[in-house]
Amino acid sequence: MSAADATDVVRNAGKITRRRFCLGLGAIVATFSLAPTIGRAQVVEGQPPISFAKTKRLEGWIAVAEDNSVTVYTGKAELGQGILTALAQIAAEEMDVGLEQIRMVSASTAHSPDEGYTFGSQSIEQSGSALRAAGAYARSLLVAAAADQLKADATTLTVEHGVVGASDGRRVTYGEIVRDSPALLKRDVSHVVRPKRADAHSIVGKSVPRIDLPDKVMGRGVFLQDMRLPRMVFGRVVRPPSPGATLEAIDERRVRAMPGVVAVVRISSFLGLVAEREEQAIAAANALRASARWTPSGVRLPDESRLPQALKSFASDDAVIKETGQRPAAGAVAQWVEATYSRPYLSHASIGPSCAVASFSDGRLTVWSHTQGVFPLRNDMAAALGLPQQNVDVIHVQAAGCYGHNGADDAAFDVALLARAVPGRPVKLQWMRQDEFAWSPIAPAMLMQAKAGLSADGKIIDWSYELWSNTHATRPGQHGGINLLGAWYLGQGHHVSPPLKIPQPFGNGDRNAVPLYDFPRQRIVHHLLTEMPLRTGSLRTLGGHGNIYAIECFMDEVALAAGADPVAFRLAHLPDPRGRAVLQAAADAAGWKPGASSDGRRGRGVAYARYKNISAYVAVVVDIEVDRASGKISLTRAVAAVDVGQVINPDGVLSQSEGGVVQGLSWALKERMRFDRQAVTSVDWSGYPIMTFDEVPAIEVVIVDRPGAPCLGAGEATVGPASAALANAVANAIGKRVRDLPLSPERIKELL
Amino acid sequence: MPGTFQLNVNGSRATVKCDGNTPLLYVLRNDLALNGPLFGCGLGQCGACTVLINGKPTRSCVTPIRSVGRLAIVTLDGLANNGTPNSLQRAFIEAQAAQCGYCTNGMIMTAKALLDREKSPTEAAIKRALAGNLCRCGSHNRIVQAVRRASVQS
Repeated sequence: MSAADATDVVRNAGKITRRRFCLGLGAIVATFSLAPTIGRAQVVEGQPPISFAKTKRLEGWIAVAEDNSVTVYTGKAELGQGILTALAQIAAEEMDVGLEQIRMVSASTAHSPDEGYTFGSQSIEQSGSALRAAGAYARSLLVAAAADQLKADATTLTVEHGVVGASDGRRVTYGEIVRDSPALLKRDVSHVVRPKRADAHSIVGKSVPRIDLPDKVMGRGVFLQDMRLPRMVFGRVVRPPSPGATLEAIDERRVRAMPGVVAVVRISSFLGLVAEREEQAIAAANALRASARWTPSGVRLPDESRLPQALKSFASDDAVIKETGQRPAAGAVAQWVEATYSRPYLSHASIGPSCAVASFSDGRLTVWSHTQGVFPLRNDMAAALGLPQQNVDVIHVQAAGCYGHNGADDAAFDVALLARAVPGRPVKLQWMRQDEFAWSPIAPAMLMQAKAGLSADGKIIDWSYELWSNTHATRPGQHGGINLLGAWYLGQGHHVSPPLKIPQPFGNGDRNAVPLYDFPRQRIVHHLLTEMPLRTGSLRTLGGHGNIYAIECFMDEVALAAGADPVAFRLAHLPDPRGRAVLQAAADAAGWKPGASSDGRRGRGVAYARYKNISAYVAVVVDIEVDRASGKISLTRAVAAVDVGQVINPDGVLSQSEGGVVQGLSWALKERMRFDRQAVTSVDWSGYPIMTFDEVPAIEVVIVDRPGAPCLGAGEATVGPASAALANAVANAIGKRVRDLPLSPERIKELL
Repeated sequence: MPGTFQLNVNGSRATVKCDGNTPLLYVLRNDLALNGPLFGCGLGQCGACTVLINGKPTRSCVTPIRSVGRLAIVTLDGLANNGTPNSLQRAFIEAQAAQCGYCTNGMIMTAKALLDREKSPTEAAIKRALAGNLCRCGSHNRIVQAVRRASVQS
């Protein structure tokens, strides 16, 4: 349902009716029985889908209406990755209804299943598995009821577009069945009905257009920014000049007297305001900022020009995450290779700054947010506001792509604080551009140090790898803190959660730190930095990007030392047949020529990874040209081969893979959060350039399809390999290597 | 200074009372309830707020309302004909040229100005026209293809 529709509903109702907002017309209100959380795990065939543990009722997933439409509930959120389309395909496939009969209802504490976060490329795996099983079960119940009604053998019935047909031509629709038996689909869910085999699929595995794009392209008001509620006012927040500063004084009277100002909200060092009009809120926020006196926290940020060294000096919690094999006997190693790589802090750099809408009245709070996790956000907000959880609802509404933990949750809490100050008046808050850059969590800078021992016959027999990184996980719902920016300024002692150790293979900064290659001896050490001068959080791939970048660059450096071709060298160490297949597919599609040498201007690089070591397989080949006078890199072509297991929507996989390639190239080529010793200084697009139209190369993506194989997720897998392949292409072109990202013209020129 | 402003938006007249320095973007979104232009940076850097003013792509986030006068403003909301997508909108859907869709308004409006002045632009010309519009999802090549498709269809 669009925000515009929602507004209409609210208008018609004359007040905010949260069930109608979320459910829309003709939908059935679902009820749930909740069960204790079970741990994060891969879905195993034959086991119940993981999401059934919390949502045990069939009507929590699927509802059929008398008009033969099907409402599908998912706890996952559309972030621009096309998940609602893919999930609709899965449900339509299993239920034998048309895609146009499906209406998706996504993440909402009021109405959707609790499926935790929409992250880690796990939505198809988790929600997809649940809907596949729930859809198959619902179909079996509907067909059995139809068999009763038609007095026919269920196995002789066919279903098309939700119409069950008997061989003699008699028909009954799903809608008629539920009209006659309203309780039919209201029961415990089950995974015992076998879903369709891959070769019987007619909707899954086919490219279908995204169901959400027409509304976006037509400007039909689907974004959170488009929500307009009766009597709505506008909020803005005023952040301190540097993190952790204490607010000493403001000129509240002067700001209160400004046109349109409804309330100035100061709670300890949290500062914001509400005004009748948006431009009035912005003007008043500027005045409030100018009038505020702060005492800095005394925290000094590291010296940006010596960032890699600074990371090593931070306090850390060190863990050997893998140690295997014996040290080779002295003399067995013919040659040692060592290298150190780094990447800087990165921004999600969402095109739309974070936004949220909230309404507070009679002790109840409703927040509309583009969060990735409505339930954990609800729980942290309720704790920080001192409200019972059942008095707070969080409803997901789409906004700009986030690519991870951007300011969405923080903006939601900010607007909750503002809305509480003006009960009965909904408040909309959109952060300003500098709020998003300077105050949303950023991706940690990382340092990676690798050492390999080559045998006389050119095989890696010893591999040591250490990485230094702050935590990539500081989301709401995490133990030991309240992970909401505004909460830390309320003077109530709230603070961020301690750095989180996430076990392999998922990992935190150590995601993808364990090599995928067959090295007889390995020692991998993760230095989880416990000192966090800059607030870090999750960006697409967590540590996977830094580790894949370092490992795949290092593989090229070791191959060079061994006098081997980069593709052949990888294949010689890579046992996994699916990994070998994508590497070969990318090399073939790119026209890889072993041993091709550069003319000093043109370069080609390859990289391979299996995301999270358990998800999608990807290989990328990148072609570049370097302008030797300026050190400027032009990207000419990128080819990716991806194996994401069973493909739900091939064009969706292509789109996600292309996007991941662009982002990986952009990070490696251009991106770097700048800061001085007090605060972030990348506060707009001139301070944080990203790739533009004239810089994006031609991109080809080859899908290595695995019908019937488990779905592995597609959202993040190409990012790391794209960065590494680019760096390898640059090294191939100039014969020297820049190991610290980004690959700026200055750094390249220095080597030429 | 507060004032009353008569606007010509998507072929209709509208009257708005607000401060003359108010960026056009907020008037379009909040007073006229239009959804096309979106706030991206407020600095004229990203293009998410692009509208056409007398046919020229304009960053509405840095355009004060008092500077607009009666010039013809066209927004994404005004491109469709009775709910039927125009050729660019159709091409964006056919090429699946968006992921989150937040930059889409700026892409379509900037491309519209290009196609209005150049019937069949080259790929390089399209990229040049869109060089000031940022996309973070990485849909660039699909967007260029969509504009080409629209130029062929129209």
